[in-house]
Amino acid sequence: MEFETVIGLEVHVELLTKSKVFCSCTTEFGGEVNTHCCPVCLGMPGVLPVLNKKAVEYAIKAALALNCEIPEFSKFDRKNYFYPDLPKAYQISQYDLPLARKGYIEIEVDGKPKRIGINRIHLEEDAGKLIHEEGKSYSLVDLNRTGVPLIEIVSEPDIRTPEEAWLYLNKLKTILQYIEVSDCKMEEGSLRCDTNISLRPKGSDKFGTKVELKNLGSFRAVRRSLEYEERRQREILEQGGVIVQETRRWDEARGITIPLRSKEEAHDYRYFPDPDLVPIVIDREWVEKLKSELPELPDAKKKRYMEEYGLPAYDAGVLTASKALANFFEECVSQYHDPKTVSNWVMSEMLGILNETGREVDEIPFKPEQLVKMLKMIDSGTISGKIAKEVFRDMFDTGKDPEAIVKEKGLTQISDEKELEKIAKKVIEENPKSVEDYKKGKEKALGFLVGQVMKETRGKANPQLVNKILKELLG
Amino acid sequence: MKISIETVEHVANLARLYLSEEEKAEMAQTLSSILDYMDRLNELDTTDVPPTAHIVPIKNVFREDVVKESLPREEVLKNAPEKERGFFKVPRIIED
Repeated sequence: MEFETVIGLEVHVELLTKSKVFCSCTTEFGGEVNTHCCPVCLGMPGVLPVLNKKAVEYAIKAALALNCEIPEFSKFDRKNYFYPDLPKAYQISQYDLPLARKGYIEIEVDGKPKRIGINRIHLEEDAGKLIHEEGKSYSLVDLNRTGVPLIEIVSEPDIRTPEEAWLYLNKLKTILQYIEVSDCKMEEGSLRCDTNISLRPKGSDKFGTKVELKNLGSFRAVRRSLEYEERRQREILEQGGVIVQETRRWDEARGITIPLRSKEEAHDYRYFPDPDLVPIVIDREWVEKLKSELPELPDAKKKRYMEEYGLPAYDAGVLTASKALANFFEECVSQYHDPKTVSNWVMSEMLGILNETGREVDEIPFKPEQLVKMLKMIDSGTISGKIAKEVFRDMFDTGKDPEAIVKEKGLTQISDEKELEKIAKKVIEENPKSVEDYKKGKEKALGFLVGQVMKETRGKANPQLVNKILKELLG
Repeated sequence: MKISIETVEHVANLARLYLSEEEKAEMAQTLSSILDYMDRLNELDTTDVPPTAHIVPIKNVFREDVVKESLPREEVLKNAPEKERGFFKVPRIIED
């Protein structure tokens, strides 16, 4: 039997506010243990939480960028459960009236756009961090993170492959980074993802039994765990077995999912409206104001790059996948006539070195103007394209101006015909075999000779000129 | 009785309450009478009354996003029965 995979994602994103959602403690990551806490986030009796306006605005902006509807009325509820990461024994969240509903993210599958629905987005507070040390009979609790504003983004079960889940997450991250409501750093926990996955016979409209997956530390882990789980469930179903509804933990090292044995899997949260927090009423004017503050979003930017700069869809997609990268590119293009040349350098050399060194775009030590200067030096013949790559790498290492690098290292292209002729003659003398081959009609031999001249000049010779001179000398 | 002993046990467990058999019986009784009272309220026709989430007619109470000083750690941990290296110390709760 052929099966269809159905995947849904729940993504938690920490908002970039300076203070927590219901109190004035800092949200800064990584402070000394239990030093970003006050009576409100510690859940002391008798305290009153007061909602951070910026958190609401960031959540609305995220909702608008994800094409959601923003109902006028929204409220907070208490989600009750006992767990040491929640000192109040409840989490302030939103139950039946979330801030936003019915949105979507568009991804590209096999070259065609596909919409993944977003069921809802709600605002809530983050919980604390638990540390379980190996072999100890106790756990340790750090409440610095307790009360950091979070939005939970719940997708519709529209995702059909692990690959689509991966694309959805990347797109979501890009959009949220563009609108600057979250830094989406999975390694710092500011973006976290749980998934659920089920299989059903192809053509069926009923959902199969779903399994929830947790402990997904990277987008790659999300994809790998879904691939594993898809395979595991298919094998069970093919052998006539049944899927057990459960939560499973991804074991990154072993590349498998394991059932999560939980002492308290009651899932009986007894939600009720939080009497400490009054409802939020969002009028249209407020929504419009926030909408007007949104920057150009990745899809719109991609389209513009294709239309305005004439870039191929692939280039436009890569360049707009990160706002920082797009900004760098646009800075360059505003000072240089040929967007495609800029795109080539940014996509091959720049991304190449970034990947290799594991650095981020905002860590590039030189400015777009400096890259433009270098491109102009190629255009004017001051340096060859080959030397430019060397200069570029140096710019990356030192942040120096290309002119300074070229001068210091004596990399100026040799375009003096007489000088090149001298070198060419020497190369011809030293390589009689190649000269003979060339004269016999072996075109390749010329390439070798050009290469020798380049070697003699440490890559500084103007290659076109060398070609011409050699051909003339060899008659 | 609307509330069975099992329901009382379930709710007590969720709330980490430990009740004696007598207390369970009493809870089942009193919780049931509260639900009976709710049934009386249900007799009212509320067709045109919007659901109430909050009893006071105020909305949009916000604070600005300004950081203020947190408590010193000694204060934070003052009520903790057990602590270690600045952390709260609790019975091991890892799920494995």
